[in-house]
Amino acid sequence: MSSSAAGSLALPSGSGRQAAPRRRASGVDGAVRARKLGVRTIALGYLALLLLAPVAMIFYRTFEHGLTPVWDAVSAPNAQHAFWLSLKIVAIAVPLNTAFGIGMALLLERGRFKGKALLGLLIDLPFAISPVVIGLALVLAYGKTGWLGDWLAENGIQVIFSVPGMVIATAIVSLPFVARETIPVLRELGTDAEQAASTLGASGWQTFWRITLPGIRWGVVYGVVLTTARALGEFGAVSIVSGRIEGQTQTLPLYVQARFENFDATGAYAAAVVLALLAFATLVAMNLLTRRTRSDTAV
Amino acid sequence: MLGARGGSVLGKGLLGIYLSALVLLPVAALLAKSGTGGTSAFWREISNPEAVAAIKLTLIISAIVVAINAVFGTIIAWVLVRDEFPGKRVVNALIDLPFALPTIVAGVVLLALYGNGSPVGINVAFTRASIALALLFVTLPFVVRSVQPVLHELDASMEEAAESLGASPMTVLRRIVLPSLTPAIISGVALSFARAVGEFGSLVLITGNLPFKTEVGSVYVFGQIQNESLPAAAAVSVVLLVAALVVLAALTLLSRWRSKHVL
Repeated sequence: MSSSAAGSLALPSGSGRQAAPRRRASGVDGAVRARKLGVRTIALGYLALLLLAPVAMIFYRTFEHGLTPVWDAVSAPNAQHAFWLSLKIVAIAVPLNTAFGIGMALLLERGRFKGKALLGLLIDLPFAISPVVIGLALVLAYGKTGWLGDWLAENGIQVIFSVPGMVIATAIVSLPFVARETIPVLRELGTDAEQAASTLGASGWQTFWRITLPGIRWGVVYGVVLTTARALGEFGAVSIVSGRIEGQTQTLPLYVQARFENFDATGAYAAAVVLALLAFATLVAMNLLTRRTRSDTAV
Repeated sequence: MLGARGGSVLGKGLLGIYLSALVLLPVAALLAKSGTGGTSAFWREISNPEAVAAIKLTLIISAIVVAINAVFGTIIAWVLVRDEFPGKRVVNALIDLPFALPTIVAGVVLLALYGNGSPVGINVAFTRASIALALLFVTLPFVVRSVQPVLHELDASMEEAAESLGASPMTVLRRIVLPSLTPAIISGVALSFARAVGEFGSLVLITGNLPFKTEVGSVYVFGQIQNESLPAAAAVSVVLLVAALVVLAALTLLSRWRSKHVL
């Protein structure tokens, strides 16, 4: 009803355009077009100055002396070590967060219990905390003078200033993504198929693997892409818990900072470009997945 | 079992342990540390002149940045939904770049164009403007992404109808478009603010971290950790955390209230 009413209201302008003297109509059209063009210029100009030009600049600066210095910079032993350490941390933190995110999404969407809203807020908490504060909180919990410091030392486990602490820091900052992306898909999916499966005698695991997981897979994958991008780029929290020892606890983002502060622009730019390319790959993946989920829900 | 009843006991236990190890225990340790000396010690730490300057600077610049975000984020969202031009899909995809790009890279990228030796002759490095620039970069997607879907749902024929009945573009904007978008703009602003207050990575290189001039809260906390004065770091951390949570909660409530009472 509302669309037909709006349609009939909109109609006069359309038919009026044809009936009215030509010059006046084109004047109105011209004003609309000029306004649109003006707004478009403002929006695109802002994006170009803030986003595109700086990113284009770094690619130009990196490759202005050809490929050889870039290749030398990225194949430096410390750069290589930082790159593989970053991947290693991602390879541990992302699967953990994925399992947690799916489980938490199921609990929040399918479970019935008191304090559910509070739990939902708790999951999102890492988004509201500064990475630096997360790093500090980890030092206070797992550091030498922290709550678990003595116990960890007695058992010979080092968390802070070593890889386990860096994995935990990375996992915290990227914690909410999978749950956040999975919950709406899970809601959309509904419980009919799951109930049918368990009525027909499927066990909980069978229902999960055969019905629930295939239904939410693109939501989960989207969450995993976001988690990976965030995990790979984490700087503040990892900076505090790692101790930033070159060739040992230095991830790729930390390497960028160290090179920059040592006035090695080539090294910093080369590593930054590697991370920027991974970010672009993330954007491409996000777009492909968005189209995928749309066609899935359309069917 | 897992799907229908919300997970087994074992599953819930594992979720609880993971969440406790990652969030509950560290946050509790932080709160405990900030309160070890009682309220007077807490107050002494956060009333340190350098800490006060850093917190003030953080809050003021974050407020300015989210105001700019509200305006430009809405304009960008409008162009992406209502306008047609070649390359729109690419522009739309690029909006998420600040989320995908590591924050330290964002700092390096901004310095390459707007830092020392800038090819365009603009050098903001080590000034307060550099803080705003970096924060605008990292928080860009929030307002755009929260306004876009609402604008998409909003019927353009309403605006056309008002215009054909003689309303000026400004009146259409003020009376029809903005009231429907306000809740989405507010929630985007709230997320931007929380992010801006805690931002660190993109600021470390570009601001120079000069106390009383360009040192923001998160950088102050970092410095205190390096100096091993953990009580000071914990106290200022709690202030930043509370500021982010209060603004987030207040604006979320406001946006919910508006969407109930205006629409």
